[in-house]
Amino acid sequence: MGLLSKKDAKLITDPLTDNNPITIQVLGICSALAITAELKASLVMGIAVLFVLGIGNVVISLMRNIIPSKIRIIVQLIVVASLVIIVDQVLKAFAFELSKTLSVFIGLIITNCIIMGRFEAFALGNGPWKSFLDGIGNALGYAVILIIVGFFRELLGSGTLFGIPVLGDPIEKTGVYSIGYENNGFMLMPPMALIIVGLIIWVQRSRNKDLIED
Amino acid sequence: MAVNTDKNSYTILFAIAMVVVVGSLLAFTASSLKPNIDENKRMEKQQNILYAMGINGNEGSGDITFVSTDVVADEFSSNISEQLVLEYKDGKIINQYTRQEFMDSTDEDKGIEPYLIDIKKQQTRAKEGKSRYLPLFVGQQDGKIVYVAPIRGKGLWDAIWGFVALDKDMIVKGTFFDHAGETPGLGANIKQRYFMDDFYGEELLTDAGVFKGISVAKGNNDPKNEIKDDYEVDALAGATITGDGVSAMIKKDLKLYLPFFQNLKTKTN
Repeated sequence: MGLLSKKDAKLITDPLTDNNPITIQVLGICSALAITAELKASLVMGIAVLFVLGIGNVVISLMRNIIPSKIRIIVQLIVVASLVIIVDQVLKAFAFELSKTLSVFIGLIITNCIIMGRFEAFALGNGPWKSFLDGIGNALGYAVILIIVGFFRELLGSGTLFGIPVLGDPIEKTGVYSIGYENNGFMLMPPMALIIVGLIIWVQRSRNKDLIED
Repeated sequence: MAVNTDKNSYTILFAIAMVVVVGSLLAFTASSLKPNIDENKRMEKQQNILYAMGINGNEGSGDITFVSTDVVADEFSSNISEQLVLEYKDGKIINQYTRQEFMDSTDEDKGIEPYLIDIKKQQTRAKEGKSRYLPLFVGQQDGKIVYVAPIRGKGLWDAIWGFVALDKDMIVKGTFFDHAGETPGLGANIKQRYFMDDFYGEELLTDAGVFKGISVAKGNNDPKNEIKDDYEVDALAGATITGDGVSAMIKKDLKLYLPFFQNLKTKTN
């Protein structure tokens, strides 16, 4: 990577694996449970968080020397909330269809603890460029887990991917349904997301023993 | 940095400055974009009403597609032959206005296009003991007259609403549902075509003319939805509360129109 120094590149690649926001930092679990019943929603949420976390981290980083430490959490909250509201309003005015798709995610983004977590842990102590990379990296790490969970929940729960049936028709009994396979409606319930995240954590820690805490 | 960011006076000044800056920024954005947003919402309402009537851009069995925003105004005026407003109070319809009469009136909450009537506001009016204005859009489907009525209720997280097209016997000829913030992949699926299409042909009245409504029911043993007189459609997995909300708003809001349809029947008989 010519553009990024080795240290900078690590800011992006670390959250994808050994410092993943969901499986290692245990941030953003709530939205990982709420919206991963289908792959499309997981993807949209991942992209939305990418934007907000990337820009928000830069804004907080630029303000880091003037933010009074006593009210820093409120300041962070206001920055992310106003960012999200402004984007929402602009979309409503100029890309109405898109804003309809995204509207349900607005509340989830503001309350997403990854965003506050990265502001607090990284952007307050680092420069804008580093903070930007950290934001992008963490958002990607978050999106990867969301997409894995969404893939399994939609496939096993509804037999579709991105809304397209891939296992046949459950009512007409075609495809794998003809040999007695049934969709597992339980996969659509939020607890199953937790179990899938648990399985991911298991796989990850058994491959990299350094991650296991005593 | 020369400023001591730990001082109380600095903290208070910072807070005040931030509130002023953020507040005016948000107010400026909201007010400068309002005309655009209102126009988009107006077109969306027309698209929704037309969708419920069966005038849409749907192809095959994919996602829902509205008529495009370029033509929606023309389509709306050519397909909706009349926008009636019924004035409802205590189980009776006490007045009926045509679009022109309603728009010409200068009374409170009147004087607007009937399709812009705010259902939430009307529900509040009813709670305050005032009469309630019920819009009803008259159009045609396959050569027969259909009436489109708006409905509004509560989902799991936020408001849900929709439009239902009915023929003169209160048999459903099309629906449109939407929501403000139901869970994606679960409750948000009320906006999917397979859910809306299930309502087509369902009856709201018993043979004796008693209003039954339509329930979104689990385990109604009719997943293909072939039985149209069971007052039930198949529920969405993992979206019990949203489904109950849909049942409730159909029962509550469409029942208000019952006197109008009874009237229609006595007139034609």
